[in-house]
Amino acid sequence: MTGTTGGPLAKGVTRSYSFAMSIMNSLRPGGRHGLSSRETRDPIGLAVAAVNRLAQSDLIDRVGLRRQTEQVVYSTTRNGFRVATAAGRQFARAGRRTAGARPVTAESRGVFDLTPTDDESMLLEVVRELADELLRPAAAAADEACAAPDEVLAAAQEVGLPGLGVPDELGGIMEERSAMAGTLVAEALARGDMGLAVATLAPGAVATAIGLWGTEAQQQTYLPAFTGTDVPAAALTIAEPTVLFDPFSLSTTALRDGDGFVLDGMKSAVVRGADAELFVVAAMLDGTPALFLVESGTAGLEVEADPSMGVRAAGLSRLHLSGVRVGADALLGDTGGAAYAECVRLSRLAWCALAVGTGQAVLDYVKDYVNGREAFGEPISHRQSVAFMVADIAIEVQAMRLLTWKAASRATRGQDFAREVGLARQLCTEKGMRIGLDGVQLLGGHGFVKEHPVERWYRDLRAVGVMEGVVMV
Amino acid sequence: MINLETPRKHAGLADQAHQLAMNMLRPISRKYDRAEHEYPKELDMLAALIDGVSETGATGGAGAGGVRRDDAGADAGKVRNGANLASVLSVAEMCWGDTALLLSMPRQGLGNSAIASVANEEQLERYKGTWAAMAITEPGTGSDSANITTTAVKDGDEYVINGEKIYVTSGERADSVVVWATLDKELGRAAIKSFLVRKDNPGLKVERLEHKLGIRASDTAVITFTDCRVPAEDLLGSPEIDVKSGFAGAMATFDNTRPLVAAMAVGCARASLDLTRDLLEQAGVVIDYDRPAQAQSAAAATFLRLEADWEGAKLLMMQAAWMADNRLPNSLEASMAKAKAGRVGSDVTLSCVQLCGTLGYSEAELLEKWARDSKILDIFEGTQQIQQLIVARRILGLSSAELK
Repeated sequence: MTGTTGGPLAKGVTRSYSFAMSIMNSLRPGGRHGLSSRETRDPIGLAVAAVNRLAQSDLIDRVGLRRQTEQVVYSTTRNGFRVATAAGRQFARAGRRTAGARPVTAESRGVFDLTPTDDESMLLEVVRELADELLRPAAAAADEACAAPDEVLAAAQEVGLPGLGVPDELGGIMEERSAMAGTLVAEALARGDMGLAVATLAPGAVATAIGLWGTEAQQQTYLPAFTGTDVPAAALTIAEPTVLFDPFSLSTTALRDGDGFVLDGMKSAVVRGADAELFVVAAMLDGTPALFLVESGTAGLEVEADPSMGVRAAGLSRLHLSGVRVGADALLGDTGGAAYAECVRLSRLAWCALAVGTGQAVLDYVKDYVNGREAFGEPISHRQSVAFMVADIAIEVQAMRLLTWKAASRATRGQDFAREVGLARQLCTEKGMRIGLDGVQLLGGHGFVKEHPVERWYRDLRAVGVMEGVVMV
Repeated sequence: MINLETPRKHAGLADQAHQLAMNMLRPISRKYDRAEHEYPKELDMLAALIDGVSETGATGGAGAGGVRRDDAGADAGKVRNGANLASVLSVAEMCWGDTALLLSMPRQGLGNSAIASVANEEQLERYKGTWAAMAITEPGTGSDSANITTTAVKDGDEYVINGEKIYVTSGERADSVVVWATLDKELGRAAIKSFLVRKDNPGLKVERLEHKLGIRASDTAVITFTDCRVPAEDLLGSPEIDVKSGFAGAMATFDNTRPLVAAMAVGCARASLDLTRDLLEQAGVVIDYDRPAQAQSAAAATFLRLEADWEGAKLLMMQAAWMADNRLPNSLEASMAKAKAGRVGSDVTLSCVQLCGTLGYSEAELLEKWARDSKILDIFEGTQQIQQLIVARRILGLSSAELK
């Protein structure tokens, strides 16, 4: 490069100079390609980056991927694709704006007990079968495709999972508040696969929220769709793609506008965003977080694929809201933040249950692996360094389970469970990730390749401390 | 129905134990930490109080109900919250007061727990009211308790015991000692039996007391047995050497005592958490269970991590006791509880000292004491590593020959 002119690279640099100038802004370091904003690009660096851009677009031309097709075919496997949200169905307005029906809380005999009720056991039997027979075999392909197969979603609907948190007088399946049943179900599903568990539980999160905090009108308008035969994709969206995200201090805003509200902001961890027909969006209203029901056909909504480290089968997306106008009847729950706080806690509870289920999957898998794998003439499980890792997985997964169950049982009885769920989330985040990490380590190189599911569980378990919203019990 | 709260029927008991711990143990906690080997005379009064509590169906000390499963009553098939849950809850409360003083509680020794677990009906009646220490460990044998060298040789209607035992908790203060000895070294663990030896037996001698890192208020003795003759009826359980059932009988005691040691760690660690939370709040750090830990101060985030681990230990402890109450085999869960509580006890108490700086390190507060007291709880009744070994063998389905 020193002093020479007319070389092929220099020519390329000249030709692409104006192009490079035009994309200067997008080439500024900071957050893109894993670069911190402390990095700087000198002119040579900028030129190289520009050439690289051109090379990439050449490649795209060669394989025939035209921009137009990209815009039409929404892909969940690559980020950056933005389309309008689904046109969605018309939810026929019904009912009055008075308080809706509420599930009754369960009574306790005051006896310490770790036995599920008969109803819960029966439900679990069905869900375990679903997890073993359907979710686990479909998991690898769904992870690859960043989408849940139709038959899995249909089976979940058939079992009635979307209506699990809905009072039976509104067409749901449980007589009482079902946070405990929901927790057991989420745990059992995640033992099959966390990504597919999230995909199948997402509509239920929205239905449960409407069941818990909806007005009579909101319940009459939306719940029939969730307890019927054609359950819509729906997403409970709380998270935002910012560092140190705090769900009690959101960037998304709701401004009062006449009778209704105008929503602006960006939401992440939106399950099946392009298919979703109904969103519950968390936004700050007068400085306090609140929940809003937003139908997918509303103007100002755009969805962008956001494939992430794991939980890929859930088709994670981002939802952009620009000047989204909704009516007064869109507000779900109170404006004092009480319903919202409960929503955040119940959602974290569901994530804890998912962590327990996936942690159990890791334990079951490595147990067999270390007993079967031989090194130095005997199974590696005969070595304490290996066996003790397995013991610790067993101990911690049970501790995670008990904390999660305690929080869930308190929620079911209508007791305050802020402390319990806070501690459960802390433990499930830390120990859950440790279990994912050790799961891969125990398989060595075999754990790093996709021939075994432990690398997927490793990626999925990182979600637990990161996610807010999405699922709820 | 799943419910992990303190059982309604035991709530009063736990409150009582808490009040005893606060008002009788805490005021003398530092005094007997400093005056190692001095007898805490206040405990005699407390023991009388505890006896009153015991009458109501639960005991306050380490020598709790044992693992007897012989009281299948009218409510068979119903979920039971019984003596085991009551014991772990009250032991945890008492250790919140002071672990060493709990261990020094008259008539509540670990030997009492062994008696409750393996003695026959006649023995139970005969030993009523005794204060029994437990003597297993020898100078050359710690965790490997199947390898003890103390011998018991049958001679007419008596056994003659010879050997040296160390780390006998309450070895000086108790009025009897449950001793593990082998009838025949060749036959291995199946030949190990436990014997109740009265302290006034001329063949028994308390050689010395240990100076320790923590639990100083509890005396830890070295005891020698020299041609120590005990009546044959003081052999606990069956005198037969059953090679098949092997060590199971003797080891069954641990299914009962391990949740109790877990309870000690849970109680001791909660003392640290309670005080540290208070000190942090005075310094303006309030723990918020809703906001993400990483959005709070580092001290609050650390505290949340400690409390979550602690809650896990406590619930594993309750699970193990609940299983015993419902006559479910609980060896695995007892070891899980002991392993988790042991390591969490150390982590919590040591981290609380760190959070509180020189205030925590100073004898002006009790935090440094709790950080010393907690260490033994990850060692006695089976170290952390022994618990991991037990859990691993159970989970992986391996024998002690396969997973050494």
